[in-house]
Amino acid sequence: MNNLVFLPILIPLLAGAITLALWRSSKWQKRVSVFATLLYLTASATLAWQVSQQGYIVLQVGGWQAPFGISLVADYLASIMVVVTGIVAFTAVLYSLVTTPNTHIKFGYFPLLHILLAGVSGAFLTGDLFNLFVWFEVMLLASFGLLTLGGERAQMEGAIKYVTINLFSSALFLSAIGILYGTVGTLNMADLAVKLQDVEQQGLLNAIALMFMVSFSIKAGAFPFFFWLPASYHTPIIAVSAVFAGLLTKVGVYALYRVFGLIFIGDINFTHQILLWMGVFTMLSGVLGAASQFEIRRILSFHIISQIGYMILALAIFTPLAIAGGVFYLFHHIIVKTNLFLISGMTHLLQNTYQLKSMGGLYRERPFLAALFLIPAMSLAGLPPLSGFFAKYLVIEAGIVSQQWLATGVALFVGLLTLYSMIKIWAEAFWKAKPETLSETVKLPLWGVVPIALMAIMTLIIGFAAEPFILLSQATAEQLLNPQSYINAVLGGQP
Amino acid sequence: MSALMAVAIGILFAASIYMMLRRSIVKLVMGLILLSNAANLVIFTSAGLTSGAPPLLDAATKQPPAGVADPLAQALILTAIVIAFGVLAFSVVLIHRANEVVQTDDLDQMKETDQ
Repeated sequence: MNNLVFLPILIPLLAGAITLALWRSSKWQKRVSVFATLLYLTASATLAWQVSQQGYIVLQVGGWQAPFGISLVADYLASIMVVVTGIVAFTAVLYSLVTTPNTHIKFGYFPLLHILLAGVSGAFLTGDLFNLFVWFEVMLLASFGLLTLGGERAQMEGAIKYVTINLFSSALFLSAIGILYGTVGTLNMADLAVKLQDVEQQGLLNAIALMFMVSFSIKAGAFPFFFWLPASYHTPIIAVSAVFAGLLTKVGVYALYRVFGLIFIGDINFTHQILLWMGVFTMLSGVLGAASQFEIRRILSFHIISQIGYMILALAIFTPLAIAGGVFYLFHHIIVKTNLFLISGMTHLLQNTYQLKSMGGLYRERPFLAALFLIPAMSLAGLPPLSGFFAKYLVIEAGIVSQQWLATGVALFVGLLTLYSMIKIWAEAFWKAKPETLSETVKLPLWGVVPIALMAIMTLIIGFAAEPFILLSQATAEQLLNPQSYINAVLGGQP
Repeated sequence: MSALMAVAIGILFAASIYMMLRRSIVKLVMGLILLSNAANLVIFTSAGLTSGAPPLLDAATKQPPAGVADPLAQALILTAIVIAFGVLAFSVVLIHRANEVVQTDDLDQMKETDQ
């Protein structure tokens, strides 16, 4: 039964291999991809169901007992992330069926997408720091490929920045792993959590913690390391942007939650204080960047950053309520942000531009699409009763309870500016009269709209039936803040 | 020996960051190569430098004798080297393509996506 943990990694890896073997037939690549992502979604949902019954599912790969082998661990947080990954993957593949140009498919679009998924789920499920590094690299290499498919000038420029900063972050991660291994002699996360309690050189640990923090913050796109994100995320085709926006930065956030919720919790006053300021400035700089932009995808890219700030803020406050809010934020945000990117692809199909100033009249022309845009947009801004409201509410309530007045004030203010940005897109692209220069519109492909509608429905469900999701987040937070249960699950109760 | 290695690693990191801050994309990739090597040396050094004691089992006791080198660090480095090789191969192709498409090797000219 424990082998279930391996399925979310195995399925995309196999799918990657199969689609690679079907190199010449884009038709079969599409079929296999839809089937594989559906299978992935099923496997991850089964895994999540099992985890909700047992609390933890641990697989010691190859039968090597922890801490000597590599452990794969599925707890609430990991399994939630894997399920959401499945949702994003499935919708993105559906969306790719009609929107991905054949030139991209001919050069390995689907194999890369599956390998990316394997890397992402590996990063979520692993219980070993070095293994986390390996999955990060799998994910990065696939994302390099996806980012540069097409080979346009903007893509090349974006890719150089993206590749450089991510390799720098990886090198930092690797050095931190080396020093940590030299200090405590283990890399298994549960074992680290045990052994770090006894290490007396807190200064050295703080230095290592900061190296991890910087490395993961670069990947998460947190202040002041986010500049690569708005410079590259808008360059590939929309399905790729959507997957990146939904998943990649969130892997960085997940790693922060894992490392600063389980391993480096010895000196919270130091590490989490830095995270707090990081969160505050991430929120602010992201939303201000978005306010100055008039290109839909760049506005959305900047909003990834500002929303990452909320998640980091929640981690920094580090109370059960805050972590619950952060977890809720994570899965709400992945769905909403992916959806917004997909919608921007549809508007591009209709008006052939991403520049807000030359768009217009979409509400009159496509009321249904406009409604589909309003759901995730208002949810992102945090209007009740949509999912974003509850996410922000939890984080802000946690801020007030733990008396972080400044951070809470900034979070509220950023929410307002987010609303401004979304209204800006609404007013420019949907509400104002259609510019005369625009020609007749095309028919929207069915498989472009279905994924958007699916995700909008999911946003509505998370919003209107928020209680089970909030309970789930609270259970996750409780589990995350109780490292001893994680340690017992992985190491089998032995010290 | 450790102190010497530490200095060497420091110089490698400094050199790689200097190279990455240059404007030429070729020098950027050289910086990346130095960077991955520096990170590998950090693992190598911080796991402890042991000379002349390979981690071999004793035939009679089936236990390694005391004070052998730690083989795990070297396994980690081996993995990291392979990954770095793949990634660097990609970056070399990337700068080649970028040079073809953008018609320059000057990073300061590549700011179209930054407005």
